[in-house]
Amino acid sequence: MMVEEKMVGIVLVSHSRKIVEGIYELASQMTGGKVPIGIAGGTQDGRLGTDATEIMEEIKKVDEGEGVVVLVDIGSAVMSAQMAIELLGEEYEGKVKIADAPLVEGAIAASVEASIGSDFDKVLLVAEEAKKLNKF
Amino acid sequence: MVITKNDVLKIVDKIVEVIKENKEYLTELDAAIGDADHGINLDRGFDAVKQKLTTLPETTDIGTILRTIGMTLVSTVGGASGPLYGTAFMRAGQVVQGKNELSEEDIVKIFEAALDGIKQRGKAEAGDKTMIDSIEPAYKALKESLENNIALPEALNRAANAAKEGMEYTKNISARKGRASYLGERSIGHLDPGATSAYLMIKSFSDVVNLS
Repeated sequence: MMVEEKMVGIVLVSHSRKIVEGIYELASQMTGGKVPIGIAGGTQDGRLGTDATEIMEEIKKVDEGEGVVVLVDIGSAVMSAQMAIELLGEEYEGKVKIADAPLVEGAIAASVEASIGSDFDKVLLVAEEAKKLNKF
Repeated sequence: MVITKNDVLKIVDKIVEVIKENKEYLTELDAAIGDADHGINLDRGFDAVKQKLTTLPETTDIGTILRTIGMTLVSTVGGASGPLYGTAFMRAGQVVQGKNELSEEDIVKIFEAALDGIKQRGKAEAGDKTMIDSIEPAYKALKESLENNIALPEALNRAANAAKEGMEYTKNISARKGRASYLGERSIGHLDPGATSAYLMIKSFSDVVNLS
């Protein structure tokens, strides 16, 4: 019997639910749904915005013990994600980081890297390198 | 003079009311230099705060009340003011944990904790055209007034006036933080929505204490 491999989790954060749903779809297709990917976007009442408590819950949900890389869009997404990490407390210290990376490219790079079983530092690094990718 | 728990609840009610009255105004200010949601977002947040506070037991201390306000804002506002004001209220709550009334010294500590929290969260300083431009002068005016033995109501009045001046000053400077920073110099001539909402909150605090 094959032992199921634990993977680094990914959480996608945007002001828009549709943005993270779309990236989730794209990243899941590329990883065959193997990587735990959480999404946090929009407010509970359907406005554009970010919610630190939602991000925190998604981090907990995708954490398999290998750490979680968080990808964010702009502005308050960064602050809400930082706040979510603070709210998680000591138990998660050092195990959850926000990638300084563009959301779409970073999410895909991180998901693919996680899917091949790379560790937390490597997934984070690859996500951050995505900002250097040239379009052509 | 002390601020009782009842006073704190009255101040929160006043803030809820004033934010609601200024919802359109704050959103208009934000439409000029941001993403046109500041008033709507804060109003949603403070509506949720009002709702949430009714569920707290009577015995809840002021620190817990403030932290609950912070957590509620964080999960309901949506925009940058959620984590910013959320952090401010949570940090303020931490410095008065377990208290059922606040001394003048506690009030200075609350302002200090809130200001530091916002600076850390937003990585901003005075002069960046943010809520800090109202809160920092208010904090300084409050502290200085109380150190000079000015009574709390007048000290808060001076803090509110300093916040107002700080808010007005944001009209003359260009934004270095937030969505408005994309506009750079074109943000000059517009009041900062965050500085404005922060002034409205400080003014609410002062008004309640001066009327009671």
